[in-house]
Amino acid sequence: MDEKTLRKIKERLGADIAARQAHLAKQNARFERQVLVCGGSGCSSGNSKKIYDEFEREIKEKSLVGKVNLVMTGCFGLCALGPVVIIYPEGSFYANVKSEHVEEIVDGHLVGGKPVKQLLYKETVNENGEITPLADTDFYRKQSRLALRNCGVIDPENIEEYIARDGYFALLKALNMPRDKIIEEVSDSGLRGRGGAGFLTGRKWKFTYDAQSDVKYVACNADEGDPGAFMDRSVLEGDPHVVLEAMSIAAYAVGANHGFIYVRAEYPVAVHRLQVAIKQSRDAGLLGKNILNKNFDFDIEIRLGAGAFVCGEETALMTSIEGKRGEPRPRPPFPAVKGLRGKPTLLNNVETYANIPQIILNGSKWFSSIGTEKSKGTKVFALGGKIHNTGLVEVPMGTSLREIVYEIGGGIPKGKAFKAAQTGGPSGGCIPAELIDTEIDYESLQSIGSMMGSGGLIVMDEDNCMVDIAKFFLEFTVDESCGKCTPCRVGTKRLYEMLCKITDGKATLEDLDKMEELCHYIQDNSLCGLGQSAPNPVLSTLKYYRKEYEAHIVDKVCPAGVCKSLIRYEIDPDKCIGCNLCARNCSANAIRGTVKKPHVIDPEACIKCGICETVCRFKAIKKVGGKV
Amino acid sequence: MKGSNLPFQGTVEQERQLRDKLAELKPQGGALMPALQYAQELYGYLPYEVQKIIADELNVTLSDVYGVATFYSQFSLFPKGKYQIGICLGTACYVNGSGEIYDKLRNVLGIESGECTLDRMFSLDATRCVGCCGMAPVMTVNGDVYGKVKADDVEEILSKYSAKENKNNG
Repeated sequence: MDEKTLRKIKERLGADIAARQAHLAKQNARFERQVLVCGGSGCSSGNSKKIYDEFEREIKEKSLVGKVNLVMTGCFGLCALGPVVIIYPEGSFYANVKSEHVEEIVDGHLVGGKPVKQLLYKETVNENGEITPLADTDFYRKQSRLALRNCGVIDPENIEEYIARDGYFALLKALNMPRDKIIEEVSDSGLRGRGGAGFLTGRKWKFTYDAQSDVKYVACNADEGDPGAFMDRSVLEGDPHVVLEAMSIAAYAVGANHGFIYVRAEYPVAVHRLQVAIKQSRDAGLLGKNILNKNFDFDIEIRLGAGAFVCGEETALMTSIEGKRGEPRPRPPFPAVKGLRGKPTLLNNVETYANIPQIILNGSKWFSSIGTEKSKGTKVFALGGKIHNTGLVEVPMGTSLREIVYEIGGGIPKGKAFKAAQTGGPSGGCIPAELIDTEIDYESLQSIGSMMGSGGLIVMDEDNCMVDIAKFFLEFTVDESCGKCTPCRVGTKRLYEMLCKITDGKATLEDLDKMEELCHYIQDNSLCGLGQSAPNPVLSTLKYYRKEYEAHIVDKVCPAGVCKSLIRYEIDPDKCIGCNLCARNCSANAIRGTVKKPHVIDPEACIKCGICETVCRFKAIKKVGGKV
Repeated sequence: MKGSNLPFQGTVEQERQLRDKLAELKPQGGALMPALQYAQELYGYLPYEVQKIIADELNVTLSDVYGVATFYSQFSLFPKGKYQIGICLGTACYVNGSGEIYDKLRNVLGIESGECTLDRMFSLDATRCVGCCGMAPVMTVNGDVYGKVKADDVEEILSKYSAKENKNNG
């Protein structure tokens, strides 16, 4: 592979791929229409492969080969509506597609030339029957996609499509630059680590560059472990080459010839796409010896994690690559000085790498013009929880939480009220409703007791109990604490027990103070980031929802009606007609009564499963938050 | 203990494959994790007999092997059922009620997470986020994904697999 070949590929495919983005843009694509089927994990679990196969069969049968281009892409981001199919040039957005719909879409849209309105996502069809193209929906319009620029656009298993989107041109450019210039460019861009802590990427590169050693490594942290976060997975699945290209640039800049990608074994699709991408790059001479004839050697190995959250911590990750228990060690020395196998190692997260080729191609000024004063560029968030548009969004730093939740996310389902947004997973905190106008960047989130984290953003409504949520995250950290240092191993466990005491209605107000003290102790004394940040979910909920804690303790009430020890079920004798349905469904035999007479629930026997409330056809059974 | 007292059923052929793989992995640094990953794929779990082979072949102590095998949640010292059930306890699933589904599964099967029923039919794992947050709450059976599950659906889902077995046997 050389520059000429890269340019040829770009010329041949460029127009096709451009036509997949700007709907009805002037296009010189070789196809009448392009059908994009999402092959991300969310849609794949809805069997999008079968939909793809069905399209392939139909296209052959109806003699559309050559006219219609069928592509399996990475994640579009709107996972809640999956499986998703998009057809260009109209930009028609088909949601919740089933394989039996395919024939109708092919006949109506691809043959007949008219989008099949009843199968389109209904928000894209207005009352006059006019169709809004995908790019103009609120979900997409408010986003700016840098790290995700190729996700849902190209076929991730085809290196040529990546090249057609300027792929590997950044590497080409970098290989013609002095190494310190590359690092300067990354530093000037202001890019910060997207894994959570937000350390300046350029500075990390500089440290590794400065370290003196015969052997250096670059590594990619793809051990995305925060519950509810799937940004990195989508990049790996939708655009694996961007990670390879960025790692090659980094390796050249810091002086490494060997790279590792540490990826969760729970992401089989991502692992497969990475393997395919690495093979393609090797075959094309973009990995291996004498890359692009520039006398630079570099190759990448994949290492699979085995399900330990702590391995997302940099020193633990490197220990795990060495095949050992993934326990962290004290820093310094930092990995830039002494990392993998004792050699200087540059470690960046997937999303951080995904920004690099764009920075090299467009320059640091371009990148630093996006975002806020101290947080540059964009951030990808995985929206989840009580929100309409569950999925992946990328917004400029400084976008307000309100915009993300209400405009892009489409608000809270069932007309419920927004209660909190949780960012940063088990290391982060909750942002309450009164701070919904917070403009999100590293500093603002930290100042309100949360953190950027890797980008999980879970929305909660009035039915979520904040004590229960804090307990949920603590249960996670207790489980995932590696056990090496005592403050984390024992401290988080004690903290969890205190939270249980509260949700059981057995705590006193004094316990609340003790709990807060313990939180600070764990923060100050734990060895690694896992322990240091473990109390954040407790501290932030305590800060904003202290009343809710107090209600559990003083009134013995769970205001959201979640904590089982503090709720009971009651039958309204005026509404109950004695149909006996609840009693027959009760697994604990806790409901008594004679037929056609109002029934009663025995609070001693009741296990509070709530099944009686669900089966009652007369709405006679209600959950009440009451004293124990 | 459910499942842990089930006898080791490894074959000579499996052992040969394992030893071949270990010989291949040994020269590369950090071979222990890839070795355990391969062995788990081969046997479905990591019984004492298998850990012993790995320790011998890679020339590390059995306690090192056991230490790594018990550190990572993906390694299992228990056999897996013919049908492996996963229930996602990731945040998105949890706020949508996956905790209740988990309780129901434990009740119905009579096993805890990581265990296997005595007939080796079902095993249960509480998993981290499986990345299908749009379909929360999610449970999986041998990779089949069930989305938007309710606790009431559990018995029906399980009976599909039990029925399949009864059919095969009858």
